[in-house]
Amino acid sequence: MLNIARKELKSMFASPMGWIILALLTFSFGTYYLNGVNNYFEVMSGSIRPAERIGVTQFVGQTVYGLASFIMLFAVPLLSMRLISEERRSQTMPFLFSAPLSISEIVVGKFLGLVVFLSILVVYIAAMLSTLNIWADIDFGYIFANSLGLLLLVSSFAALGLYFSSLTAQPIIAGILSFIALFVLMILDRFFAGDPTSTMLKFSLMRHFQSFAGGLMDTADLAYFGLFILTFITLTIRRLDADRLRG
Amino acid sequence: MANLTVEAIELTRLYGGRAAVSDVTFSLQQGQVLGFLGPNGAGKSTTMKMLTGNLAPSAGSVKICGIDMIENPKEAKALIGYLPEMRPLYKEFTVDEYLTIAARLHNVSGKHIKKAVEHAKERCGLTHMSKRLIENLSNGYQQRVGIAQAIIHNPMVVILDEPTVGLDPIQIRDIRALIKEIGQAHSVIVSTHILPEVEMVCDHVQIIDKGKLVFNGGIDVLKQQRIGNKLLVGLRNAPAASQLAAIAGVAEVEPADGMWRIRFQDGTQPHEAIVQAAVQQGWGLYHIAPDQTSLEDVFVQLTYHETTNADEAKAA
Repeated sequence: MLNIARKELKSMFASPMGWIILALLTFSFGTYYLNGVNNYFEVMSGSIRPAERIGVTQFVGQTVYGLASFIMLFAVPLLSMRLISEERRSQTMPFLFSAPLSISEIVVGKFLGLVVFLSILVVYIAAMLSTLNIWADIDFGYIFANSLGLLLLVSSFAALGLYFSSLTAQPIIAGILSFIALFVLMILDRFFAGDPTSTMLKFSLMRHFQSFAGGLMDTADLAYFGLFILTFITLTIRRLDADRLRG
Repeated sequence: MANLTVEAIELTRLYGGRAAVSDVTFSLQQGQVLGFLGPNGAGKSTTMKMLTGNLAPSAGSVKICGIDMIENPKEAKALIGYLPEMRPLYKEFTVDEYLTIAARLHNVSGKHIKKAVEHAKERCGLTHMSKRLIENLSNGYQQRVGIAQAIIHNPMVVILDEPTVGLDPIQIRDIRALIKEIGQAHSVIVSTHILPEVEMVCDHVQIIDKGKLVFNGGIDVLKQQRIGNKLLVGLRNAPAASQLAAIAGVAEVEPADGMWRIRFQDGTQPHEAIVQAAVQQGWGLYHIAPDQTSLEDVFVQLTYHETTNADEAKAA
């Protein structure tokens, strides 16, 4: 299982793709971070009432994590699309199937590989925000909740991307499909904004991220992400098992 | 029946009601090389996929060294090295990286990985290609990497699906030698289209046609069928056929492309008598050689035989 994860990580860094995505994301997060810090004093000096005054962690964090959750929507499908479909296309599936590994190990290994790659970014963002501590007294709890939320969010993206990748032999199709599916899940809360009691709202990924973004760790949200990941991983395992059974 | 490495019992695989492989039963002992022959679409690759656990059989079972592939797939798979028809290579890696991954996936322990990789490279003649990207290797070298991948964990059973495709004659010779070498300690199953190859490397042959096993036996049986009991004789001043037929031991004489095909009775060796008669009577002998039915002919006979049987069955 860990060997598969290692292999996936290695292949992400073997092509320029992984490096470019890392570099681009780092660049954009860095820019937003800088902007956030620059704007902080400007905005805060403008707000006179105490209620409008928020801490620097939250102010900068909001900008960076808001952007991160949005950008990951594009980045994760790009990375996840080739996980299984590429193996199908280049006929390397038998290599994994004939190794002494169960299908669950293969799938979970691939998922872990991608999550480890993505967590590089999550850790990076957290580290970047922590540097504020040099000048200010920051709220580490807020950063922790946000990091955890972001990690769960991207893991969910990755699980869904992995499933779509197992459906087809064309990475591009897998990428587009998972992007569309994620996009729909993200904006569900916009569609049903008029009716706050709608059950559809509960399926929105963004809505569950929202509470983490506010610095709140709710077990309901943890359970939602957990179930979301578990569901898609199970679906992927079943899909691959069907390959073996039906051929 | 000591040291059975592979047992396939009544393997059947249906694709939407059509049987791609039906009722294939065979076993293989340690130290045997099994050649798997068959025309296109006969079910060779399907059988191999089932043996390696890439495809679940519709019925029947596979045992590798006594371990059931369906019940304990992990343990059984650990004993197999498999090179599928399409080489499963990650082209973005170098040869070393790829083989290291292969070794790790096959549970080669950390300290032995380096040694295993070196050994596999040595055996497949890849040592000078270590740092090259697989993508940039020639077809033949990629094939070698594929074979190296299959033998890296020193498996009990090595299954190679058309291993010599795309290789040049020297490489083919090397690979054949390698197969023979592996076959001494372990079991090897090789599928191929190239019939002489079977004769060279295999000691057991199976011919599969339309999903059914039509021949299963030692290579000697096949060779016997091949060499047969005929001589091809070329004579400049050929006598009448009756004169040839009169030589002791000759059973039948028939003309063949300006020469004579002489079939002799079982257990007789009329070669000398023919030569002597030719010299004495000045027939002008210029060619005498055993008339080999090619392996292709045997192959066609066996597979064709099956079709006619099936046709008869249909007609009845």
